[in-house]
Amino acid sequence: MSAKRNITLNLNGRDHAVSVEPRRTLADAIRDDCGLTGTHLGCEHGICGTCTVLLDGEPVRSCLMFAVQAQGKAIRTVEGLAEGDDLHPLQESFMKHHALQCGYCTPGFLVLAAGILEKDPDIGDDALAEALSANLCRCTGYANILKAVRAAAQEMRRR
Amino acid sequence: MKPAAFEYHAPATVDDAVALLAEVAPDGGRVLAGGQSLVPTMAFRLAQPPHLVDINGIAGLDRIEEAGGRLVIGALARHAAFHAPVAEGPLGPLMAEMARHIGHAPIRARGTFTGSLAQADPASEWVLLAVTLGASVTAQSIRGSREIAAADLIQGAMTTALTEDELLTEACVPLPAEGTHFGFAEFNRRAGDFALAMALAAYRIEDGKITDARIGIGGAEDRPRRIGQAEAALDGAAPGAPAFEAAARAVAEALDPMEDHATDAAYRRELAAALTIRALKRAQP
Amino acid sequence: MATEKTRVLGHAVERLEDPPLVTGRGRYAGDINFPHQLHMRILRSPHAHARIKAIDTSAAEALPGVFAVWTSEDIAELGPVDFRADRASEILKPYRQPVLAKGRVRYVGDPVAAVFADDAYLAEDAAELIVVEYEELPVITRADQDPGEFDTGFGTEAALLTHTFGEVDAAFAKAHKVIELDLLTGRHSGVPLETRGAIGRYDAARDVLELHGAAKVPHRNKDTLVGMLGLQPNQIHVHESHVGGGFGIRGELYPEDVLVLVAAKRLGRPVKWIEDRMEHLMCANQGREQRHLARVAVDETGRILAMDDEIFHDQGAYVRTHGSNVANRTMCMLTGLYDVPAFRAVAHFRLTNKTPCATYRAPGRFESTYVREQLVDAIAAELDLDRITVRRQNLIPEDAFPYVLAFDEPHVGNLEFDSGKYELLMDKALEAFGWDAAQEDLARRRAAGEMVGTGIGLFLEEGGRGPSDGAIISVDAKGGIEVVTGGASLGQGFETAMAQLCAEGLGVDYKKIRVVHGQTDRIPYGIGAHATRATVLTGGAVYQTALTLRAKALDMAAELLQTPAEALDIVDGVVQKRNDPAGPTMTLGDIAKRLAPGSKALGGRAPGLWAEDFFNPTETVFPYGVHLAQVRVDPGTGGITVERFMVAYDVGRAVNPAMVEGQLVGGCLQGLGGALYEEFAYDEDGQPLAVTFADYLLPTMGDAPAIECLITEDAPSPLNPLGMKSAGEGGINGVGAAIAGAVNDAIGIPGAVARLPITPQRLRTILRAAQQN
Repeated sequence: MSAKRNITLNLNGRDHAVSVEPRRTLADAIRDDCGLTGTHLGCEHGICGTCTVLLDGEPVRSCLMFAVQAQGKAIRTVEGLAEGDDLHPLQESFMKHHALQCGYCTPGFLVLAAGILEKDPDIGDDALAEALSANLCRCTGYANILKAVRAAAQEMRRR
Repeated sequence: MKPAAFEYHAPATVDDAVALLAEVAPDGGRVLAGGQSLVPTMAFRLAQPPHLVDINGIAGLDRIEEAGGRLVIGALARHAAFHAPVAEGPLGPLMAEMARHIGHAPIRARGTFTGSLAQADPASEWVLLAVTLGASVTAQSIRGSREIAAADLIQGAMTTALTEDELLTEACVPLPAEGTHFGFAEFNRRAGDFALAMALAAYRIEDGKITDARIGIGGAEDRPRRIGQAEAALDGAAPGAPAFEAAARAVAEALDPMEDHATDAAYRRELAAALTIRALKRAQP
Repeated sequence: MATEKTRVLGHAVERLEDPPLVTGRGRYAGDINFPHQLHMRILRSPHAHARIKAIDTSAAEALPGVFAVWTSEDIAELGPVDFRADRASEILKPYRQPVLAKGRVRYVGDPVAAVFADDAYLAEDAAELIVVEYEELPVITRADQDPGEFDTGFGTEAALLTHTFGEVDAAFAKAHKVIELDLLTGRHSGVPLETRGAIGRYDAARDVLELHGAAKVPHRNKDTLVGMLGLQPNQIHVHESHVGGGFGIRGELYPEDVLVLVAAKRLGRPVKWIEDRMEHLMCANQGREQRHLARVAVDETGRILAMDDEIFHDQGAYVRTHGSNVANRTMCMLTGLYDVPAFRAVAHFRLTNKTPCATYRAPGRFESTYVREQLVDAIAAELDLDRITVRRQNLIPEDAFPYVLAFDEPHVGNLEFDSGKYELLMDKALEAFGWDAAQEDLARRRAAGEMVGTGIGLFLEEGGRGPSDGAIISVDAKGGIEVVTGGASLGQGFETAMAQLCAEGLGVDYKKIRVVHGQTDRIPYGIGAHATRATVLTGGAVYQTALTLRAKALDMAAELLQTPAEALDIVDGVVQKRNDPAGPTMTLGDIAKRLAPGSKALGGRAPGLWAEDFFNPTETVFPYGVHLAQVRVDPGTGGITVERFMVAYDVGRAVNPAMVEGQLVGGCLQGLGGALYEEFAYDEDGQPLAVTFADYLLPTMGDAPAIECLITEDAPSPLNPLGMKSAGEGGINGVGAAIAGAVNDAIGIPGAVARLPITPQRLRTILRAAQQN
């Protein structure tokens, strides 16, 4: 064990003061120190994407960063997508298009898709499918996820 | 899969970083840049560095600019920075195409160009680019800085010529001569995976004949390298199937491929040859 | 789908499960925390087979924050992890896995010691400090090599299993042709995205031991634990919250589940264990690894006279909760939907020094369908007949139902296929796919130099196995409805399906229904969710109970509304007159109030608006399917592109077509994983080579072809009132067969793909050999 450090994580616009060892991953700090368990652990070696968060607007794998590295960054998780009771168009679209079964990969996909669409609202279908290939799903076979994100993109462009 | 404990340092300058490395590297201290390769090995506890020197806070290391006929890439230039062409001429689009094969976007948001060179994975696209185009790197330590040619830097799988306390601060890729054509081909099981083999072809055409040919093969041996015999088969030949096939045969003969339980040498040889032809065709105007 | 006559049954309604899951408010095992909990970390064997000479835990115990470190000596009174009660088999009992290795380790990953510490990072630090002295022993890595020693007096061929009917040898003697194939299905598994996890908690105030993070078969596991831990049934309860996929491999009882419970009681603190991915890929149930020496005898028209198969089933290091179930399913489903007069299958059920195996979605059937359909393709090639023609003439005809497979062996139960229009589905699938046009199109493409081909796999699935399940449905004073079942949700939409069935039976809005599952303290019995059982069996019980409750409600309403019950209907929870909906009405909530204990309106009735009923099917249902694939091979790289894939499946009656399609598409991609990408490889020392996601390749969105689904309801089951057969395993079953057939067709070498997964490297080896010949 090495000495804990006091850091502040800014999650979904709110500051969380936590005390963590340097080796504590950002994913674990978000989940266990800040209590936001929507971000999941699927592999802890950066391949499955269930730990995806937005770091200053970029989708990144929170299992591959240490919490101490995230000081001063704006982090958004799945819990920050809805605005109060108003769901994000992606969340509504996932439900409408049966884009989830067990739901374990869902937060990672929602955050990834939000990051992609916020940076590039007019992204083409092929580029979208390529970008979404970053995350794994074991239940759905992906077809409905792609449908849902496409539909949400249209909705987001409309708004 | 939680990492072992380490002391964490976040220097603000390169000088501070190399001073720290001088202290901690002899005990196994490592540089933390993108972390996309290092952190997984720490999660598996294959690497248990007692110190990490995080260089992400050092200002100015993310530069990418043309200077003196070279593309200068700082130590914090992320793979994602190359998605849009960063140089005039064919190098920019080539790097944009190659970058797309590196993992997926969230990996590319953090991983760095020079980090790939320091990692020296046999299937690294940037290492292939660097050795094929004759890039060099600047390595800094408390003893000063030195420039190392990419082909000298990479010494084997995951092995470089760097001393334990050296920090790669930048890489320089020579800008290609006017009229250079590039072609790149790689094959993997799934998009974003490490390649089973890859080929990078570069040449110019003068009076209908290939000149200044470069053929780099990666993912097949313990390090990416240029295949001189293939280049010799191309120089002076007309671009087209006969020359490309000759180059491919030369690649197959010259390679001493890696083997593992899933992939034998014969496969890699054939694959590298097939990809050589594809890369050469893609370069063809 | 006949949805005009139904309000919600058969409609693709949105799922009840989704709102918490899309907002990150799910509660998976990793999200469950109790005050003062300890984290458990398992130290696992680095050797595939070794004797344990000594274990020194002192350094680990001395680490600050470590509460305890256990080895098998600390749990000496505990027996091995037992079989599920319905799988008890005396001859297999010696091969059960101890909770912590006793004297010997038998696979890399075998649990050797358990650390209990204040946090997960620390627990892992401590585990590294445990020193174990091993003496390595010979390693067996293949089921088809000579058996060795499992333990003193017990060899690694744990059983030799036989299934026969008809006169096999006579049929082979008089056959026009005999075709033999040597086929291998590679080891792979479900690999859900959530790893395993278990939290044990002892509530001393109530003297109840709780297991949180349960899944799949909560009541069955509770029963096993009652036996293993010597408890009374009311001293232990099992609780399921959200589960990140199961596919058959999660939810069976594992050593770690038992450990967290024993530790929680003895150490006086809750114990949380969350598996990491590397552990999962080394330790969670694997499956599929079989070698088949298969033979088929045919007459000159291609009609099958007999099938004979010698199987080497790789069980891994121990026999877990399923006993020899997977080998049995392989054999009894081998003939599939063909009418085969004589059959013999002999399975060598052998242990090897690799991860233990059990059921993975369509267990034994992915394997046997691959074997059977490759045999049929081989018949067509050998006799120069069309692949479809050979299938057509061997299919069990429509008028042959119920079709009984009666095995000679008394302990092997008969299979009774309930209903099926196999030829109809095949024709519908071929038509929907455009099979004939595809053959022409591919012929043109081949002439232009492409390597393209098609494959087909026909198969039978099974589901809805009883013997019984029940449900309790109640209505509260505000009209809210609760359905309590002993079912389980692994993400498949269990709650929505049950709610739809209840809503249809009772006459209420499905969104007003709360479905309870996976809580052994809410209902004393339950079948869980496995083997495609939930919709038919538990759903059958829910539907039955809803009808019973409806009758109760109408009986009370009839009195209160002064109208015969037959003249009343329930629409959206409101009782109304059929011929006067605008007239006097009552809500179900009103009725519930009138039925409260002590109410004057009760009369002689039992109080409460609730009902409990059961569904007791005597036979299993048999859905069936057709998989069609079109592939392109890149001869230079050996790369295989799946250009098209169709899943055609008859589900009898679909409860929610969107969920059915989700199951089929998801299952199909898992099948493609097993056919093309996924393999648990081991070296000759038994070291596992695929223990990260860099080596065990799960298909991504980029690898997924557009999977077309054709869902039909042409052969509803006569075994339940709604005709349901359900869909959980229909997407995966035939994929290996269809892909192998398509690759063989593309490269023009019948029978070339003798081994799954077919990888670019293996395909290049086949092509290279063909070029050299």
